[in-house]
Amino acid sequence: MRLSEHVYRSVSSLAGPLLFVRNVIAARIGEVVKVITDEGRQMTGEVLRIEGDSVLIQLYGDSRGLDMEGMSIVFTDSLMKAPLSPALIGRVFNGSCRPIDGLDMVIPEKYMPITGFPINPAARACPEEPIETGCSAIDGLNTLVKGQKLPIFSSAGLPARELVADILRNAVLPGKAGGFVVVFAALGLTFFEYAFYRTVIKEMKTGFVAFVNMADEPVMERLLAPRFALTVAEFLAFEKKMDVLVIITDMTNYCDALREISTAREELPGRRGYPGYMYSDLSSIYERAGRIRGMEGSVTMLPLVTMPEDDITHPIPDLTGYITEGQIVLSKEIHQRDIYPPIDVLPSLSRLMQKGIGEGRTRQDHRAISNKLYTYYARGRDLRRLEMIVGREGMTEDDRQMLDFAECFEREFVHQGTVRRTMGETLDIGLSLLKKFRLVT
Amino acid sequence: MTGRILGISGPTVSVDLKGLKLYERVYVGHAMLTGEVVRLEEKKAVLQVYEDTRGLAVGEMVRGAGMPLTVRLTVGLLSSMFDGLQRPLERMRAETGPFIRASREIQPIDYLKHWPFHPLRKKGEEVGPYEDVGYCEEGPFRHYIMNNTGERQTVSWLAEGEVSMSDSLGGFESGKDIVGCMEWPVRGARPYRKKYASSKPLVTGQRSIDFLFPLAKGGTAIFPGGFGTGKTVLEQSIAKFADVDIVVYVGCGERGNEMAEMIEEFMSLKDPWTRRPLTDRTILVVNTSNMPVAAREASIYTAVTMAEYYRDMGYNVLFLADSLSRWAEALREISSSLEEMPGEEGYPTYLSSRLSSFIERAGVVETLGGKTGSLSMILSVSPPGGDFTEPVTQACLRSTGAFLMLDTSLAHRRHFPAINWFQSYSLYAKDLAGHFEKEHSEEWTELQHWCRDMLQKEESLREVAEIVGIEGLQDADRLLMHVAGMIRSEFLCQNSFTDDAFSSPEQTLSCIKKIKTFHKQAEMKLGHGVSLDEVFRSKNETL
Repeated sequence: MRLSEHVYRSVSSLAGPLLFVRNVIAARIGEVVKVITDEGRQMTGEVLRIEGDSVLIQLYGDSRGLDMEGMSIVFTDSLMKAPLSPALIGRVFNGSCRPIDGLDMVIPEKYMPITGFPINPAARACPEEPIETGCSAIDGLNTLVKGQKLPIFSSAGLPARELVADILRNAVLPGKAGGFVVVFAALGLTFFEYAFYRTVIKEMKTGFVAFVNMADEPVMERLLAPRFALTVAEFLAFEKKMDVLVIITDMTNYCDALREISTAREELPGRRGYPGYMYSDLSSIYERAGRIRGMEGSVTMLPLVTMPEDDITHPIPDLTGYITEGQIVLSKEIHQRDIYPPIDVLPSLSRLMQKGIGEGRTRQDHRAISNKLYTYYARGRDLRRLEMIVGREGMTEDDRQMLDFAECFEREFVHQGTVRRTMGETLDIGLSLLKKFRLVT
Repeated sequence: MTGRILGISGPTVSVDLKGLKLYERVYVGHAMLTGEVVRLEEKKAVLQVYEDTRGLAVGEMVRGAGMPLTVRLTVGLLSSMFDGLQRPLERMRAETGPFIRASREIQPIDYLKHWPFHPLRKKGEEVGPYEDVGYCEEGPFRHYIMNNTGERQTVSWLAEGEVSMSDSLGGFESGKDIVGCMEWPVRGARPYRKKYASSKPLVTGQRSIDFLFPLAKGGTAIFPGGFGTGKTVLEQSIAKFADVDIVVYVGCGERGNEMAEMIEEFMSLKDPWTRRPLTDRTILVVNTSNMPVAAREASIYTAVTMAEYYRDMGYNVLFLADSLSRWAEALREISSSLEEMPGEEGYPTYLSSRLSSFIERAGVVETLGGKTGSLSMILSVSPPGGDFTEPVTQACLRSTGAFLMLDTSLAHRRHFPAINWFQSYSLYAKDLAGHFEKEHSEEWTELQHWCRDMLQKEESLREVAEIVGIEGLQDADRLLMHVAGMIRSEFLCQNSFTDDAFSSPEQTLSCIKKIKTFHKQAEMKLGHGVSLDEVFRSKNETL
């Protein structure tokens, strides 16, 4: 604890988002610094590395126009903290947690460090309550459960935001009044996309908190925004007993910001230039989803990842898939056939589904229906390749039936437009499909 | 002996403390974070801190502990759950709430708890070095207390009945105490007298492993697989059903929710071999991906030392780690924060030597006390992008005995466990064949060959069928495709969420025999001029 703020003007170098300060006494790692230029411009930064009395600082604002002599660095002796209060609900902030909706800052109940603390694995409650998203391909075959983190892997040009919007509008917890409080973190969003999301979240009856970093705003704030969002989400969930749905879009921009700071620090690059610690860094975000034994609230996370070059083995979707509990994969091929939502069921997966479905959760026949639909659809898709070689005529009656089934499955089960389907409706459609093709008795 | 912090970068801290030893344990800062000395220079020492360093300030004090990073080896480790530094997570939860906050030194076991102690020696009796003097009842196990002095001793007194681990359990005439508790450095292997080649099978209850790629007690195996290929589910199934005495499971840099699920399941499930609760025989070491990276690096050493401790009592111990790639990544992060010269893909050049010396800690041994114990290792690997040419998989391949490749395309077809039957191998298969033939059936090897043969033939027929269509094949070939399909879906596939999750060698055998019998009968019918459709129809009727 220091008795006064320390102010330094001894900047020794300045490069992109990085700032070196000399002759600093007793700096703390992770400490927040305020940078004030002589013209009165202010921005925040964080201590990244200390070597003796020289300190490396990462700036969260735009460093353009700064000069080495004309600024003061204030060391605040405190970690980056988020102001927390239920009054945050309904508000919009920028990536550094300053209100941008024209209203004043709320009066916080408390402050918490934005990096949070890891949940003790012994205190975690196993996620098992299903969420009805209203989307058949998710509810029926890749059921989302409360406390899960399930990313949406999309490609450029696919209607991922429409799918997110539908989930936001339609998601309910079966058998429970009220819905989700949505915490929305936008990282590097274009105005066009933001305008779309804004209308959606403004309509949310259950409330929202938004942290918005636009495409033309400081890149480093993209590292902060999801952490502010999750700190607020944890507070609302575990202290205010709410069920929180966290939407982060787009994690690809987050990873690119991470890569930018890593190269600025001259760290050794890993795959495709992304830093070697990206797995640990991503998990410090994703792992904050969950439920806690003996507590009511929950944090469920739906991050959006745009796969660069539509490549699922690219480091960003790859590491994401290793951390999250499954993935929803959108496919260009299916989108081109005018199927909405264009979810490719085969590579999609919800790891926590087994516990969340069946008697007492959804419906007793859910598991059987979903397994059958999956198996037959997979076979049908396999046969499509064969059809290309030998032609439909050269196939057996059974195989032709499977082809038709795959087609019908896509048209009737996956395709649903903007209509909301209840869990019961989804399962009934699946069952009637199986019956139509005499695949169940 | 105290010094002060000079610099901090991520988990790496440099201090001006002299007189430290390499790999000595240190306490860092006012928060007393645990760390280890990783480099000594003329005027400073470089430390690796096992906890989140955020908030640590330059000038805070550092103290050397005078000993290396150790684990506590004592009665009461079984059915507990620890983090990578052997802190008990359940008690931490009770003391500090659901979130893991800054460091608190918590004893790994409850020293107030009493255990029933049974002496095996009498007053005045001589005890050789590392021979048993008595045992505590730890759940269903006999936890042997040995003469750890390393010399021949004469018992002067021994406790009997309820004892606590903070008391001495007896004494020798030389004046030395008999204690049930010791500190052991985690980085070095525990000593043994002799190592043997593995000769007994480790039955996992997974048909595809036991039958096609059998594992040996004291052997090592890796499971590489991309995400969604069912590594964790498979590791957990083996942890539940393997025919060993004690299981040590390390969740190394994996998902928290999965660990929660596993804990819940282990509480409710029973060991199929002894019908006792699974938790009785399990030690969990959990360092999820969002917990500090350096502790993740230490976690596998903490766990394997505990595993060796039980091996030294003459038990068959199984060590499972999920996943070794996360450990290697932790090593890489630490290495790069130490600014070491990187090798392949940024991993330090000592990755493969560290890995192989770690994997060599497995084996069947004659302990110092003359018993036979085994430590087997099953390790999962998560290659980035599902690419098996990456350094961790390759380094593992050189030092492990079985390679069970998990295949993404099988997983997409929901064929679980998604073990690829063409690429995988087990070096133990040949040595173990004799055992299976003797214990279970003389046909074992023959059936195995038949099974492989069918799968191989199916593969080549499939290529033909893709061109000419399945109709264009001869009846015998179509039958073969059908039978191979049966092998895949009824024999190799095993749903770990149903009763089928565990299959004993007898069940495995009868399952494959049934398929072979069907094949033989059908072939005979075809020979007698019965049409293939007729054969399939009669099969459906008999089922």
